[in-house]
Amino acid sequence: MSDFTELWPPIRLTLELATVTTIVLLLVGTPIAWWLARSKARWKEAVAAVVALPLVLPPTVLGFYLLIALGPEGPGGWIAGLFGGRSLAFTFEGLVIGSVIYSLPFVVQPIRNAFESFGERPLEVAATLRASPWDAFWSVAVPLARPGFITGAVLGFAHTVGEFGVVLMIGGNIPGETKVLSVAIYDYVETLRWTEANILAGGMLVFAFVVILSTMVLQKRTERSES
Amino acid sequence: MTAEDAKIEARFAGALGGFVLDVAFETPMRGITALFGPSGCGKTTILRCMAGLRHLPGRLAVNNQVWQDDGRGVFLKPYRRAVGYVFQEASLFAHLTVHKNLLFGAQRVQGHVRGQASDGGVKFGDAVDMLGLETLLNRTPGALSGGERQRVAVGRALLSQPELLLMDEPLAALDHETKEEILPYLETLHEHLSIPIVYVSHDIAEVARLADRMVVLSNGKVAMEGDVTSVLERLDLTDSADRFEAGVVLAARVVRHDEKFQLTHFDHHGQSFVTPLVKVAAGDEVRLRVRARDVSLATQMPIGISVRNILKGIVAEIREESGTAYAEILVDIGGAKIRSRVTRAAVADLGLSIDAPVYALVKSVTFERRPRLR
Repeated sequence: MSDFTELWPPIRLTLELATVTTIVLLLVGTPIAWWLARSKARWKEAVAAVVALPLVLPPTVLGFYLLIALGPEGPGGWIAGLFGGRSLAFTFEGLVIGSVIYSLPFVVQPIRNAFESFGERPLEVAATLRASPWDAFWSVAVPLARPGFITGAVLGFAHTVGEFGVVLMIGGNIPGETKVLSVAIYDYVETLRWTEANILAGGMLVFAFVVILSTMVLQKRTERSES
Repeated sequence: MTAEDAKIEARFAGALGGFVLDVAFETPMRGITALFGPSGCGKTTILRCMAGLRHLPGRLAVNNQVWQDDGRGVFLKPYRRAVGYVFQEASLFAHLTVHKNLLFGAQRVQGHVRGQASDGGVKFGDAVDMLGLETLLNRTPGALSGGERQRVAVGRALLSQPELLLMDEPLAALDHETKEEILPYLETLHEHLSIPIVYVSHDIAEVARLADRMVVLSNGKVAMEGDVTSVLERLDLTDSADRFEAGVVLAARVVRHDEKFQLTHFDHHGQSFVTPLVKVAAGDEVRLRVRARDVSLATQMPIGISVRNILKGIVAEIREESGTAYAEILVDIGGAKIRSRVTRAAVADLGLSIDAPVYALVKSVTFERRPRLR
């Protein structure tokens, strides 16, 4: 009988990575979604396409470019240099950056849709009630877009938990640092440790089901309350 | 500068797509001014310009404060203007209760303490009473009827302590019954508040009932402006549906009530009117609306006729509507003029001419509840 305590570090690391990534995604994704929803610039759809790229790019392609960007020769290496490091590749911070880019469309799209769904009117009303644009954003736009934020956060979190290709390319397989769940499962299968692989894979299956179900229920409920 | 001189001066000119707007008007800092015209004539655009939601070159001064003057590079953002805006759809904040919707603007007015308004500002309790919102306070907008929502929207705008209230066809999206439910509330506002209201409408009956002054717009230009009474006497309604509604309003004093026949007698400069009994004290002045299509003409005092309101007057003007069977006759009945819509054939048969004495037979008078005509 093998000891299952070694299953814990990859689970904890994955949850940490997904949590940090989701927070960063909301901070970065919200202004992008707001700009995409409100701007009248002609080239905004080009920006939207760039944001959506990870949807269609093979994760290994994205991972390859990220590896170069995060490596000693890229901007990531330069940033790492400021903190006394050599490279952001094969670090937790590097994984966060990669995950944010990889999951960005899953967060930006629902929030953008939510911002677009209520149109200009509530913001105009807020303006005639003495709310500055900044005030109106927080007191009107964000609360009205709440369903979009919830969907975006759930999808961003779940998508980060489930990523594999990008992590393998830029993170490798360092226990406690970059060895996340999906990589651990791959590892166990490679070494023919089917029991451990089964436990982790089954857990992921249940997790994915719960996430999708709760997102759908949530959406149904907001649709009903709006009608 | 006295309160009587206080006024709103607006001038906007600019192109919107293929449409050119070029308007200028002035209106006092009191009463209701209607911006009237067919859809697409620029009414709503003017209102949005006044609120700062849209920027067309021009100038806007409210009570001597300049809100916009492009000649001097002044343009206040909407949230810096003491303006209240009621949109056609109530546009309540769906995520807030009625109570919080009402307080949204109030909380953002600097120096304003809730329930303790200075110099005649609108107090929360007063707004709730005037608009009948007491039972709605804890509900969410989704649980309100169309009429209730619009009342909350009016209250919310008032509680932001505006110096000027702008209303963009606030009744247009409502059915007839809901309109009738809201109109009394608007009339109450008019009686109790000193805030001037600019009211956009394409419904002449609504304008005749509510407004004191009107600015008639046509193709982005001001076609006519002045007191409702005088504008309605002259107003040419080109749209056939509206022509049906053309008419005048008259100020009349309640003389007495006749309980037996359930009638109320009015006096208008010596001419008497009778309407079905209304609940207004004797001596009070009210507004009566007489539509041109409800007025027939006779050259002699008719006898044996069921029409109760027969007014003696002289023909002041004859306007033939070319291409139609109709003509409009303006009859001077002493204090004011009333309009009569008859066929051109009738004009010829009766031999009507300017200054000819006639009897105007008024088949129906719409009584407007509001006891004042300013």
